[in-house]
Amino acid sequence: MILPGFPDAAPLAGLAGGILIGLAAALMLLGAGRIAGVSGISARAFGISDGGISRDGAWAFLIGLPLGAAIIGLLGGGGEPQYAGTVPLVIAGLLVGMGTRMGSGCTSGHGVCGVSRLSQRSIVATLTFIATGIATVTLMNALGLEVLQ
Amino acid sequence: MIARTLPPLAAGTLFGAGLALGGMTDPARVRGFLDLFGAWDPTLVFVMGGAVLVMAVAWRFVPRMAHPLFAPKFALPDRSDLTARLIGGAALFGVGWGVAGLCPGPGFAALAIEPGAATIFVAAMLVGMAIVRLMEPAA
Repeated sequence: MILPGFPDAAPLAGLAGGILIGLAAALMLLGAGRIAGVSGISARAFGISDGGISRDGAWAFLIGLPLGAAIIGLLGGGGEPQYAGTVPLVIAGLLVGMGTRMGSGCTSGHGVCGVSRLSQRSIVATLTFIATGIATVTLMNALGLEVLQ
Repeated sequence: MIARTLPPLAAGTLFGAGLALGGMTDPARVRGFLDLFGAWDPTLVFVMGGAVLVMAVAWRFVPRMAHPLFAPKFALPDRSDLTARLIGGAALFGVGWGVAGLCPGPGFAALAIEPGAATIFVAAMLVGMAIVRLMEPAA
């Protein structure tokens, strides 16, 4: 399906992927009684935070992420994405790591789990990171900085 | 052990599959969504919309359940205060998200797609998390 005016968008694949993500988060919530927040789960797995999900549970979730992506790849989905080079990846990783710890969450914990719960903190955090993300990409494009290679 | 690890493993696998299917392991798609004033790609709206819809239903079950299916009790965030730390952290995260088009979930999922790039991103992210922990041990 093509979205009128946006020939490159993939609305149906996006919606299907979103529903899978929602089911995953619902399984964490109703099965384990926890928020499926990937930044918090990573910090827990690597011993950077103490509370929250059990450490083996955190590792199990993290191992699942590339496993799920690999399954989609084997089924012929996901395409062949390009990633940024080393310097932008390091800068981005540092900012994402610091920001998600200070901000208590990322796109999954705030954007999916918190927004769907109408959490005030998550709605404000989500609007904030989308706004600074838009500002960053807009500025980089204005400066002609291409990062994906 | 099984009850502690099997639900998160299944959830993580579904989550990673959803990210890849929805194009969120492709930084060009994510940065396309953030390029609101340029060649905007609305795909992420559909991903987040689908996920939020399913979760909005899931939240309705929580007050009706005495405990989660595979755990003794719910352990959910209960804060509602808006702090400078929350907003500043989210702002920094958004900048990083924009620079490389990756956030934590797709970073780990991409280990199956381009291990070299994903490892660099994930390692830097863990260093960033550790820096916050070292600077603010009480937080």
